[in-house]
Amino acid sequence: MALLTYRDALNQALAEEMRRDPSVFLMGEEVGVYQGAYKVSRGLLEEFGPMRVVDTPITELGFAGVGVGAASLGLRPIIEFMTWNFALLAIDQIVNHAAKMRYMSGGQVSCPMVFRGPGGAALQLASQHSQAFESYYAHIPGLKVLAPATPADAKGMLKAAIRDDDPVIFIEGEMLYNTKGEVPEGEHIVPIGKADLKREGTDVTIVCHSKTVTPALKAAEALAAENISAEVLDLRSIRPLDTEALFRSAAKTHRVVVAEEGWAFAGVGAQVVDEIQREVFDELDAPVVRVTGADVPMPYNKHLEKAAKADAPKIVAACKKVLYV
Amino acid sequence: MATKVVMEALSPTMEEGRLVEWKKNEGDAVAAGDVLAEVETDKAVMELVARAAGTMIKQVVPVGTTLPVGGIVAWLGAKGEAVPDGSAPAAAPAAAAPKAAAAAAPASAPTAVPAPSALSAPPASSDRVKASPLAKKIAKEKGLDLGRVQGSGPAGRVVLRDLEGASAQTAAAPSRAPLATGRASTGAPGVVFEDVALTQIRKTIAKRLSQSLGPIPTFYLTMDVDMTRCAEAREALKALGPEGKVSFNDIIIKAVATALVQHPACNAWWMDDRIRIWHEANIGMAVAVEDGLITPVIRNAESKSLRQISAESRELAGRAREKKLKPEEYTGSSFSISNLGMFDIEHFTAIINPPEAGILAVGKVREEPAVVDGQVVVRQKMRMTMSCDHRAIDGATGSAFLKTLKTLLENPLALVW
Repeated sequence: MALLTYRDALNQALAEEMRRDPSVFLMGEEVGVYQGAYKVSRGLLEEFGPMRVVDTPITELGFAGVGVGAASLGLRPIIEFMTWNFALLAIDQIVNHAAKMRYMSGGQVSCPMVFRGPGGAALQLASQHSQAFESYYAHIPGLKVLAPATPADAKGMLKAAIRDDDPVIFIEGEMLYNTKGEVPEGEHIVPIGKADLKREGTDVTIVCHSKTVTPALKAAEALAAENISAEVLDLRSIRPLDTEALFRSAAKTHRVVVAEEGWAFAGVGAQVVDEIQREVFDELDAPVVRVTGADVPMPYNKHLEKAAKADAPKIVAACKKVLYV
Repeated sequence: MATKVVMEALSPTMEEGRLVEWKKNEGDAVAAGDVLAEVETDKAVMELVARAAGTMIKQVVPVGTTLPVGGIVAWLGAKGEAVPDGSAPAAAPAAAAPKAAAAAAPASAPTAVPAPSALSAPPASSDRVKASPLAKKIAKEKGLDLGRVQGSGPAGRVVLRDLEGASAQTAAAPSRAPLATGRASTGAPGVVFEDVALTQIRKTIAKRLSQSLGPIPTFYLTMDVDMTRCAEAREALKALGPEGKVSFNDIIIKAVATALVQHPACNAWWMDDRIRIWHEANIGMAVAVEDGLITPVIRNAESKSLRQISAESRELAGRAREKKLKPEEYTGSSFSISNLGMFDIEHFTAIINPPEAGILAVGKVREEPAVVDGQVVVRQKMRMTMSCDHRAIDGATGSAFLKTLKTLLENPLALVW
């Protein structure tokens, strides 16, 4: 296996899938000549040409709509948003068109496409550029929502998303692009809807995804120093949600903490808690506790921003709470 | 900042209250805990207490007004402070969205209107054993009695670690495992009740008999008691002076409590999926009041002297008639007594006060010819009838209790034996 960055793992997935299937194409702002705002599409214009790597104007709604049309007619577009913050402009095409195409055409028209880009906060990009929108899209029937945390998952999940016959929301992380990890070469597919145990443990389960996997692992490390064995379950797929993995882990450790970047209210963790309390109530030794972003627009001030994020110390504190220590 | 004083739920079932009397006037200084007004609830006249300090700046409603729980009664604030704008319409208590007012109050003035105090919380909540779902599951599997485990979680919640290693000593006797037990809320040692699971035969009895006569399949047991010795004892005590004055009812309460300890199956609550056997005799005593009746409770009557019971029953009955009882003084009885002897009633049946499984209806003590040792003599006789919830009490069980009660009343010295 090669040691790749998350960015290059995505690049590899794009290139491999475009080579494999001529109906796959990439479209978005700066994806071609500039090779991507975050260099995810490096080398693709050169290899596949301007018909398959399409630079667009700054018109999110417009090019998302072009993508929906292309997908409806049998192509497999990958729509890159510079960030998911800007994709708010395109949400009508995603929610009202891509998500509903199959249902409202009585199954005659499908929409095999991927909307992808970085989500959540990076560093000091302020309120409008630091938002985690997983729960917005996971709310919508007809959409799948994926958020990989590691380079290997980034590659395997993007390949699965491109091959899926329905619209997939693929949320990456600006702060993850430079992280490195072992990535299997060639045909590496991570099935949609499967969570992954990033660390095994016996005393408490930390459910996390995307950028909260790193602080969750750090928290588990810190807890290990206090003889507390934490299990880290990376959801990877927000919708469909791997409830079996959730129930299995909750039944094993009896205590659950759910960490996410986004806001608490109606967040991804709220759904996780609902599933767990309903299905494995009798396995719980404590109420499930959530660690989320603070309930404010993300502050620009460096210290306030740090305070507003879900981090390892907050996860450690939550774990101790459910362990009554 | 001015804060609202709202009508609080002063009894578990209170939905509205009538303002009986102001205890603080506009302009009076008020300390937290001061009585602001007297309020008549569905059960009694209660005190509405200030939750914050300040000056009574506005009495919103006049005496005699009935307000829903949550309705604004008054405003507290700084001396001379005006009532906030827009509050005036709230003074009209009519039907204008009382529920909304109740819900809005804590949001708009969170520090001023804290959650109702423990006093107004449902009394049953303290009986509940708090345990995590996992702890409950494991206790059930292993037959552990959670009521005997000291919980280490928040508010005494029993959690997994409390059960580890505690298995041996907390394992309940397999034959008659209590589902739960309760400790005295006062912190006194000892278990005051235990819940026992329903056996199949009890389930069948409950189901079949409720089909026949429901929702409480009641049967009645009547017994004649010779009260001559009780009457003599009463006279003897009276001769000791005014302090020695006890009523027949006081003696009956004492005798019932003593008999209940010997027949715990009759000192029980029917709780649908279980029977709660009380280890203390908390005797509800029906008292007629102006527009109904109320049953103040003599607690632990089994361990009180006749003199204590007599003083307590007189005091409780007096306050019951003045509607001054607090909710905890008229709830939680384990068995009740209704006595209509003073109305010359010789025999009647009383209606069970659920979840209690029994109530004793007591008639007048009257002179009657009786045969004693082959001679017709005049004796003081009393007829008592016990109403039994057949789901909890069988005929033989109730009869045995009544037999003991009769023996005690006919030999009152046994009450101090």
